[in-house]
Amino acid sequence: MLRLDEVQAGYGRVAVLHGVSLVLEAGEILCLMGRNGAGKTTLLRAIMGLVPVGAGAITLGGARLDRLPAHGMAAAGLGYVPQGRRLFAGLSVAENLEIGLMAGGGDDALRDEVLGLFPRLAARLGQRAETLSGGEQQMLALARALCLRPRVLLLDEPTEGLQPSMIAAIREVVAAKRAQGVAVLLVEQRLDAVLPVADRVAFIETGRMGPVMEAGALRADRSVADRYLGV
Amino acid sequence: MTGASSWAGWSSCRNEPFLHDRGAALMEFGPHLTLALIEGAVTAAVLALTASGLSLVFGVMRVVNIAHGAFFMLGAVLAWWIAQAIGGHPAWGFGAALIAAPLMVGALAAAADAAVLRRLAHDPERTIVATIGLLYIIEQVTLMTYGPEARPVVAPFNARIALPWIERGAEGWQVIWPWGFGTTTYKLAVIGAAMAMVAGLWLFLARTRAGLVLRATQADREMATAFGIPVAKVYALTFGLGAGLAALAAVLIVPIRQAHYLMGGDPLLLSFVVVIIGGLGSLPGTLLAAVLIGLSDGIISVFFSPTLAKIVATLMVALVLVFRPQGLFGSRPA
Repeated sequence: MLRLDEVQAGYGRVAVLHGVSLVLEAGEILCLMGRNGAGKTTLLRAIMGLVPVGAGAITLGGARLDRLPAHGMAAAGLGYVPQGRRLFAGLSVAENLEIGLMAGGGDDALRDEVLGLFPRLAARLGQRAETLSGGEQQMLALARALCLRPRVLLLDEPTEGLQPSMIAAIREVVAAKRAQGVAVLLVEQRLDAVLPVADRVAFIETGRMGPVMEAGALRADRSVADRYLGV
Repeated sequence: MTGASSWAGWSSCRNEPFLHDRGAALMEFGPHLTLALIEGAVTAAVLALTASGLSLVFGVMRVVNIAHGAFFMLGAVLAWWIAQAIGGHPAWGFGAALIAAPLMVGALAAAADAAVLRRLAHDPERTIVATIGLLYIIEQVTLMTYGPEARPVVAPFNARIALPWIERGAEGWQVIWPWGFGTTTYKLAVIGAAMAMVAGLWLFLARTRAGLVLRATQADREMATAFGIPVAKVYALTFGLGAGLAALAAVLIVPIRQAHYLMGGDPLLLSFVVVIIGGLGSLPGTLLAAVLIGLSDGIISVFFSPTLAKIVATLMVALVLVFRPQGLFGSRPA
């Protein structure tokens, strides 16, 4: 579904990704792991068109994404939950969702469906996003992306700093979307947070891809993770 | 700056000499204050419209638009041209100018955004220099084509309205008609029209999808892009809308003032005063500050002097900068 071939990307003259290749299938959760500064966030931003791709190709269902303008990614089927949530802070919960619905051509039925996944948000539709708790903000960031009706979800550390009940709620929604055929590229720092949900785990180091392993194999042998993540 | 463009020249009350001489001698304090409030309200109304455009552009694009006053001036000059071209009853020319001049100025501003500011990636510092260049180009082209003269646009209607006053005399409370105590229908219409337009702007921003897109872009440009908003187009629209609002304010005020190629300096300066006090990018703050500055300008100018009014406005800016640099309604940077 989503395919990266020898992608090079960076900021200005500073290259961060050096020939990254990756394949993400429909209905799969692929977790991308690596140390701080390894290029995980830059990879997601490059897929979203927010970082210029210098070489290589990014395709979704065979169509080139790297030739689209950045604002075309939502319509192409990419839903993005960035690190730090980055909600439209001054806007209400309902307005944040509306932005997602507008981009994805969604209607009230989709809005109700998404709110059904996050009942806490349904009770706070008129509240400004910046006044929500951290967990609720993360739910809203995910709900906003789901309002695009995405084919691929790019999640950048969605459980960072959340309490266990919130993490469980978010995992449940992500797993439900996988079951519906949505492909999920998940960036996480902690292996413990990844193994319960991931199908495969890909490691990245200084902008270059490392091994891609089945989650089951990683559960049995964590030595690769120790090498790429440190202690 | 010439006399036609001096700061003191912008307040509409300077066209009413009776306020400063004969009226002051004949009228009691109450009617005098009422007149000052009306004059201040005219200034506030036009200022609110002008400053809203400046605030909108900064809020959404983070661009400090130094050319905002030039767009104001262009609106007034185009109003004169359109009125001359239409001819006939003044209402036809004025009505056409009220629609066409803001659209033309808005289109020019949107084109300037695409041709200049977009190429600078809307960088906050470089766009300041670029808009200074735009200001210079617009003023000089206007000088070369329109000339250095100040030219009037005839108001579509301008009937004098005498205002009554209630006074306690020997026979108890009675209604009197003090000499010189009145205003014009046009000035009242300017206040009403500006209020309606500002309300329309608020409704546009708060209640429409396009307004939601603008507010989302203001909140986070990159996330707006990630959610399918074509930010480059939104910026062009915003720059055009901001300039169009300035032009609209100019068309409203040009029957009270005259169109002149240097008339943009005062509205620009006062708009900055207003957005600094109200908070850059905050529409409610801009409106409150416009009312504050407009009314204080009217009252102090009438009772003391226009110079003192400007000193007070400057002091207000200084106090805000010292004690609340983000402005009355602005938010602190994170």
